[in-house]
Amino acid sequence: MNGVSVDINHLKKGEVNLGTSIMAVTFKDGVILGADSRTTTGAYIANRVTDKLTQVYDKIWCCRSGSAADTQAITDIVRSYLTYQVGSDNFERPASVNVAASIFQELCYNNKDNLTAGIICAGYDEEKQQGEVYSIPIGGSIHKQDFAIAGSGSGFIYGYCNENFRKNMTRDETVNFIRKSLGQAIKWDGSSGGVIRMIVLTKAGIERLIFYPEETYLVPKEFEIPQAA
Amino acid sequence: MTSIGTGYDLSNSIFSPDGRNFQVEYAAKAVENAGTSIGIKCEDGIVFATEKLVSSKLLVSGANKRIQTIDRHIGVVSSGLVPDGRHIVNRGRQESKSYKGIFKQPISIPQIASRLGNYVQVYTTANSVRPFGISTIVGGHDSQGYHLYMIEPSGVYWGYQGIAVGKGRQSAKSELEKLKLPGIKVKDAIKEAAKIIYTAHEDFKDKDFELEMSWISEEFTNGRHEFVPEDLLAEAKKYAEEDEDEDDEDDEDDEDEEMAE
Repeated sequence: MNGVSVDINHLKKGEVNLGTSIMAVTFKDGVILGADSRTTTGAYIANRVTDKLTQVYDKIWCCRSGSAADTQAITDIVRSYLTYQVGSDNFERPASVNVAASIFQELCYNNKDNLTAGIICAGYDEEKQQGEVYSIPIGGSIHKQDFAIAGSGSGFIYGYCNENFRKNMTRDETVNFIRKSLGQAIKWDGSSGGVIRMIVLTKAGIERLIFYPEETYLVPKEFEIPQAA
Repeated sequence: MTSIGTGYDLSNSIFSPDGRNFQVEYAAKAVENAGTSIGIKCEDGIVFATEKLVSSKLLVSGANKRIQTIDRHIGVVSSGLVPDGRHIVNRGRQESKSYKGIFKQPISIPQIASRLGNYVQVYTTANSVRPFGISTIVGGHDSQGYHLYMIEPSGVYWGYQGIAVGKGRQSAKSELEKLKLPGIKVKDAIKEAAKIIYTAHEDFKDKDFELEMSWISEEFTNGRHEFVPEDLLAEAKKYAEEDEDEDDEDDEDDEDEEMAE
């Protein structure tokens, strides 16, 4: 590695990879995170119902892509830092999404030579009363965005998301936006697949959603090849 | 002190049979014989003031500052051993930098007070070190407003509306109580602080001193810790000196308070 470009294909032999389609979208009442559920070791699907949406602190969650081991370890460290910070304040103030994302960024940047981790950190900020999305791609930069997409499948849906995202959508509009976007990503990306998982984070609380292949991205009936009689 | 000579006061971190750590108490004595420092928490800011005793006429006046800055939003003044005061500020700066490195936001005042308090406490538990010979007033501005803390040589730290340490602390504290804190504006507090330091100087009448003052205010210093500008300082000194002349007759009252200690 030359220090300028980062080799994203340096996974060790047999390492579990999250060839992934993930996204997080802010909306009127907060933020929604979405992910596919495929985990691969080479060509083998190690888990077809993976949960790539991981809780960091109450209403701060992240979407993980890259090495499963690396992203799990990073998430554990961020969780411990946040617990320390909120705890040292006698649990009087909630953790902020900004701080969580900053810790992710710091870890990803300082250890960039040893990590394969692309993370979207998103959450509902209790003090600002709004959803926030931070993208932390490989290399350890940080980008605050209205919505973020990442993972190998995201390359197929940049255009779709750019055309269809609107600020301040309703919950249902946002769920549909994510469902359709990830549906396309899964359809065209061989390393993404399985179900679509979502986490809705609002003032009201945390809600989990799941969407099965047949109701999202499988080939619509009218395009199916007719069965021979 | 009847306990002197019993041997329990020779070493740090050793309790006497009645549960005291004498080295810590002696450290507190070092503070009691030092120039007075005060901190005031106002409606709209924080004011620090200290009575800097000048040991030689050859020292450059206005130099050798005793009020220090940990971070842009945190001020410190301590009474006691001067090098100890410098050391704790050094540590405070390290803590502040480390916090910012991890959390990407300025350290809060309760957090820095806690970290410094813990640091000072460690120096009461080991044989190889001595406790800090200072009481440190830490104050500043953060996302939750203004805060003022004082850390004692034992490591204990409390939050205050107004606090005084050093030789003249008794009279200074009773003056602070009269101010009805924190319902005071920084600009008024600067004047009152000057007056309090001048009053407290009665205890060190034979020594020369310089009044040093700093403040933190969203309105006037943009939330940063800065020395009080020359014109305000001069105005405050004038106010204090005028008042001193009037107070000459009240001197006996002050001494009564001292006896009550």
